[in-house]
Amino acid sequence: MDKSLNWRETIITAVVKTCGYSAVVFVILIFFFLLREGLPALVEVKLGDLLTTRWYPIENHFGILPLLTGSLVVTAGAMLIAIPFGIGTAVFLSEIAPRWMREVLKPLVELLGGLPSVVLGFLGILLLSPFLRVFLDLPTGLTALAGALLLGGIAIPTTVSIAEDALDSVPQSYREGALAMGATKWQTIWRVTLPAARSGVLTALMLGIGRTIGETMAVMMVTGNAPVMAIKLTSIFSPVRTMTATIAAEMGEVANGSTHYHVLFLIGLVLFLISLAVNITASSVIFKSRKRAERVLS
Amino acid sequence: MKPALLIVVASILFLSACGGGSGQPASPTKVSAYIQNKGSDTIVNLALAWAERYQSEHPDISISVTGGGSGTGIAALINGTVDIANASRAMTADEIKQAKANGVTPVEFVISRDAIAVVVNPENSVRRLTLQQISDIYSGKINNWTGVGGEDRPIVRLSRETNSGTHVYFLQTVIRLGDSKNTTLFSTDTLLLPSSEGIINEVRQNPNAIGYDGLGYIPPDLTNSVIAVARDASGPYVVPSIATVNDNSYPVARDLYMYTAGEPSGAIKDYLNWILSPEAQTIVAKLGFVPVK
Repeated sequence: MDKSLNWRETIITAVVKTCGYSAVVFVILIFFFLLREGLPALVEVKLGDLLTTRWYPIENHFGILPLLTGSLVVTAGAMLIAIPFGIGTAVFLSEIAPRWMREVLKPLVELLGGLPSVVLGFLGILLLSPFLRVFLDLPTGLTALAGALLLGGIAIPTTVSIAEDALDSVPQSYREGALAMGATKWQTIWRVTLPAARSGVLTALMLGIGRTIGETMAVMMVTGNAPVMAIKLTSIFSPVRTMTATIAAEMGEVANGSTHYHVLFLIGLVLFLISLAVNITASSVIFKSRKRAERVLS
Repeated sequence: MKPALLIVVASILFLSACGGGSGQPASPTKVSAYIQNKGSDTIVNLALAWAERYQSEHPDISISVTGGGSGTGIAALINGTVDIANASRAMTADEIKQAKANGVTPVEFVISRDAIAVVVNPENSVRRLTLQQISDIYSGKINNWTGVGGEDRPIVRLSRETNSGTHVYFLQTVIRLGDSKNTTLFSTDTLLLPSSEGIINEVRQNPNAIGYDGLGYIPPDLTNSVIAVARDASGPYVVPSIATVNDNSYPVARDLYMYTAGEPSGAIKDYLNWILSPEAQTIVAKLGFVPVK
């Protein structure tokens, strides 16, 4: 019996290990694939041409700056919406709402996260963009703002769900201690509970950003996809073209191995590097804050 | 990627045709003729629809359809590797000379026509434009509807994505006015929408918008706000319709062609005759093209 148990242990350990390593292996393989397909673009198109402001691939204008700025504007807009709303909702669910309300609301918020983005895109085209056009008196409602609002909506459920879990796992004694010291409810939340749950909340925001920058379908449907440089303050109110939408719209028809094909992969590589940078920044912040806490405690 | 997909689709058609009546696998139908059809990506969906229908009616005929572009199809015809080449443009004099040098006399069939309608929101009072005005609007020279006699509203330009054949045709025929040396481009703030439905929807709800699309994609509620187009300011303003496309008065329309090597005979002749028949031409209208008379 002992032997069969050992034998089973070995197999289970091996399977779990394989799962763990395969995630890393896949990421590395994808990275190398992107490098292999994307780097030839740097040879075929001069770097100076890539860093121009005209994207019109069928006539060999491969300036990726409009796409880069487009993605950044939409993502920044979405985070401006998702961070306050996401953390606010999480705080409300975990700290303020009565237990029964939390039991009802949290699954509902998570249900929202399960909505396919293409469905949100439909709502965006049919309801949101006409509303924005009339309400803000814009030439068209298909703007970066419409994309940012939808993406904010897509990022909020992820953010809320994870941030709420983090807040919920803060020991009750922290709150009791703060309240006993005479802190108000708000002071307890802002100075004690949120900082204590910081790493979980940061993870939530990071996953939210990840969801936002990689989102394609909803963005392609509502941002108008005009490759203009989004560098003015009013750019949020004008149409933009994101990197993801460009890849999705053009990859289907491009000739395998052509310059256009390689440039699209290069854009994919840039997207990958941006997500990587976001993740590394976030985890290094979490790592640093932990270290300081450990130092203080020791 | 698309040609690869088409080859797969075509092979499925081929295999299903070889399999004969799917209900009776025991008695496979003998394939008596095999037709190779290749060329224009604009026509490929139409060609596939035709091939599918024709094969279901004539299980003994097998038709393989592939895309690749008009040039590819014509080159294959010159080299004698296809029976029918699809082209969304006429063969050039150069190509005809090459074909003759190879012992091939290309025979041209106009199999359908394709009109591009320019459409605005019903609230917009503008109903007629010259080609030059449309070109100036799309290239960014005119940015307000007052520039073409409309109300004081900004112009929101809508276009299909760059991979659409319609986009390229519109660029060459309208924005560049058919001049091959002209290098005018779409204004960068032109909204590039991924589908016809996206364009129609935005035109329907936005009074600032102008869009273009195949005539077959214009829904009934927008047919009254389709722009009448004139070749120049003096010329007649013509609304696209099957009649005005067929009498060449509507300027943004083109023929779609099939070419055979020499006068067709046998199964190829039957197939081309069928394509020009009313039954096949209803498929043309269904796919948004203009049937030939």
